[in-house]
Amino acid sequence: MKKIIELKNITKAFDGDVVLDHINLDIYDNEFLTLLGPSGCGKTTTLRIIGGFETADEGDVIFMGENINELPPHKRNVNTVFQRYALFPHLNVFENVAFSLREKKTPKDEINKKVTEMLALVALKGFEKRSVSSLSGGQQQRVAIARALVNQPKVLLLDEPLAALDLKLRKDMQVELKNIQKATGITFVFVTHDQEEALSMSDTVVVMSEGRIQQIGTPVDIYNEPENAFVADFIGESNILDGVMLEDRKVSFAGHVFPCVDSGFERREPVDVVVRPEDVDIVSEEKGQLRGVVTSVTFLGVHYEIIVDISGFKWMIQTTDFADVGDHVGLFIEPDAIHIMKKSKYSGMFGDYSSFSDEMDEIGEVEIQELGELETESESGHE
Amino acid sequence: MKRASKIYTALIMIFLFAPIAILLVFSFNRAKSLSVFSGFSLYWYRELFRDSETLKAVRNTLILAVSASLISTVMGTAAAVGINKLRNKFLRTALDSVTNIPMINPDIITGISLMLMFVFVGRLFGAATSLSFWTMLIAHITFCLPYVILQVLPKLQQMDKALPEAAMDLGCTPLRAFFKAELPEIMPGVVTGLIMAFTLSLDDFVISYFTAGNGFQTLPIRIYNMTKKTVTPKMYALATIIFFVILTLLLISNLSDDESVRKRREARANKKAAKEAVK
Amino acid sequence: MNKKTRSLIQRMTLTPYSIWAALFIVVPLIFVAYYAFTDNSFRFTFGNITRFFTATSQIDDGESVREVRTYLVIFMRSLKLAVISTFICLLMGYPLAYIMARAKARTQSILLTLIMIPMWMNFLIRTYAWMTILQDTGILNSFLSALHLGRIHIIGTESAVVIGMVYDYFPYMVLPIYSVMAKLDVRLLEAASDLGCPAVSVLRRVIWPLSLPGVLSGVTMVLIPSISTFYISQKLGNGKFFLIGDAIEGQYVANNLHFAAAIAFILMVILLACMALVQKLANRKIIVA
Repeated sequence: MKKIIELKNITKAFDGDVVLDHINLDIYDNEFLTLLGPSGCGKTTTLRIIGGFETADEGDVIFMGENINELPPHKRNVNTVFQRYALFPHLNVFENVAFSLREKKTPKDEINKKVTEMLALVALKGFEKRSVSSLSGGQQQRVAIARALVNQPKVLLLDEPLAALDLKLRKDMQVELKNIQKATGITFVFVTHDQEEALSMSDTVVVMSEGRIQQIGTPVDIYNEPENAFVADFIGESNILDGVMLEDRKVSFAGHVFPCVDSGFERREPVDVVVRPEDVDIVSEEKGQLRGVVTSVTFLGVHYEIIVDISGFKWMIQTTDFADVGDHVGLFIEPDAIHIMKKSKYSGMFGDYSSFSDEMDEIGEVEIQELGELETESESGHE
Repeated sequence: MKRASKIYTALIMIFLFAPIAILLVFSFNRAKSLSVFSGFSLYWYRELFRDSETLKAVRNTLILAVSASLISTVMGTAAAVGINKLRNKFLRTALDSVTNIPMINPDIITGISLMLMFVFVGRLFGAATSLSFWTMLIAHITFCLPYVILQVLPKLQQMDKALPEAAMDLGCTPLRAFFKAELPEIMPGVVTGLIMAFTLSLDDFVISYFTAGNGFQTLPIRIYNMTKKTVTPKMYALATIIFFVILTLLLISNLSDDESVRKRREARANKKAAKEAVK
Repeated sequence: MNKKTRSLIQRMTLTPYSIWAALFIVVPLIFVAYYAFTDNSFRFTFGNITRFFTATSQIDDGESVREVRTYLVIFMRSLKLAVISTFICLLMGYPLAYIMARAKARTQSILLTLIMIPMWMNFLIRTYAWMTILQDTGILNSFLSALHLGRIHIIGTESAVVIGMVYDYFPYMVLPIYSVMAKLDVRLLEAASDLGCPAVSVLRRVIWPLSLPGVLSGVTMVLIPSISTFYISQKLGNGKFFLIGDAIEGQYVANNLHFAAAIAFILMVILLACMALVQKLANRKIIVA
């Protein structure tokens, strides 16, 4: 595979806050690459540096072997789909899509042909004369994609393009985007904070946090072999515990010694132990490696989500077997379901389901903000 | 509206328009009296159009207002773009406060302050009188600028910051991106700013009074000089003409930027496009 | 946008205006101070300032001759008339703004245009029109005598000046109050009545505090021009009494630029102090009310 973009040692700070901390990333031709991370992790800044809207303080951006650090956005062979589409409100659908062609003084019939083609690709035939403000969110989204693709860029940058759509539409657009990427063969660099979206669409996922790349890999690798506690927690749900590696293939956590498949650690090295909730079996008390009490059961359609309290640590378990609140149960974990990872700065930040995980916090913040706004409004109204 | 409200509004309107109505009526008076109407005549209008000084003042006013409003709109729009992008908080506050000064300060102080500077600088260069068309133009641009900025800045703040970026992404240089993506978005603010600057300049008396040279008389200054001496209905004729010019301009601008009309028109166009699409 | 283009754009757009603002807004104000504190040969002096506070003149009110501080009297008179005019404008304008804000959209835009038409006429003409109305031989008096109501002498009195100020600056009071009230959420009023507020209380506890920003800007927009006007008093006051603006203009015409600058300087300082005070009061009021 051919490297199309290389980021080398990219560092960027805003007013002294380091947003990107020595990022190294290779993007290959034809791939669907996703930058995934919580808000403020630097994923959008990375995208904007590739697009030319920000300049890195340090490091190089290499585009097909050429250093493009100093190249302004309009001279780069990449195009962007912006977060809230950034369609030109004073132009209709046709003119929005034709914008870059007109800029290049393309002959009229060629413009007609290309724009028609693009609108067909995004299933917006017949919308040429409509004003963009009259379109629905999903339709605006398609116009933005058509506008960015009409130029046939080498790389398409997408900055959280689906964030403003409702769930159902988002799912449809995910499939459609993937199809467009396959049909055109253009490299997509996609930014999102939605891990499900990242896993379902990408060839390569880049997990970022606090300005650093935590892990690069295929969706399957990232899910099955998280490299540290942050990735484990951010991708899917995980029970993360402090453990001690007794010897190769033997680890102790939660007051019990488990056989595992990992090796290569120091003797008695403290480690993070990650167990996915679907990898825990609920068995009878005497058959379990661990014993505890069920504190909550939620029915989620396909499976139950069960929280089991084991000496103060709340385990999350996803299972099709039913248990009742108050039941005393045993837990059984297969050796290959236990993931051992080296201690990192994220150790101890996650793990216990008595508190919510990061993604929940993000949602929580929004709600609190909205509540706050309401409060100030009603205050000014009341006073 | 309730009845009491209607009566109240009507009373206020009488208060507002009675003096104007009297102006209108007496501009057609045959005699010179301003309290007894002795018959219809266009005498005072003919007099007015024979008054070359007033006609010259009208011309001067227009020249001044057009140049001052155009220059202040270009400079003010550019300034608003710059201010909007300014990240340095201290500079931003400083610039905002300075911009506010001409709007808060009484006109008389703005006028006096500029006059003092012009006189001082003129004396420095040994000129007998430094006040001229140019000092007036500077003064008018100065007091128009804040109003232009005030109209354009909110439009820039409301605009999606990604629009100019999108234009650059699609092949525009930063300058072209401004003209193709940013300017159409802020155009309503720019136009309002231009109109405001034009009317402010047209109407200004106090600042002009202090910064005008002897040779250059604008209409408000001419009116001042006319009312200083004898009272003639010629003034009324002038006021009547101004009133109808203003009325026409207001009606035109009201009709053209009637939001609801525009929206309805847009909706109709969309519906039509949708129908065609179905076919 | 990357750093380089941003700083380039900033330089291109901000530099002309910054230079202009410095040269023609800031520097002229420095000149006011400079002239205020120098004498005719530009030597430093407090003379102009002390003259403002100490200069005296004699007033003959028919019975006795009194000695008064000329400029202090003029200033207090300006302040009094300006405050009265502002208050009348508020009293007349507030209900109108409320009625307008509650009217149908079409009525609103018609009323708005109507209020703006006189504003677009030059204030000299408007003032002049009132002069001809209020004259002893003017329309008001011929109207009154036609109704056998006798005549009134009003031109040349403070009342005439107040009428002129109110008429000239009335729209500046209505428009800001209206624009705040028009944005006022009707549901707030409904909520207030729903919570058991009678109409008067709704006005006092909801509408008034919420419209306060509009009232404040209306008050400033009327108070400042009426305190500093110099034409209205000359025409409607028959030149019988001076206001602070007339004093400045008089000194300018007499080519006493240094003293004119001193009066302007003092006026500016007092206005600034007043505005700071009002702002402070307003801030507290919004929190306390």
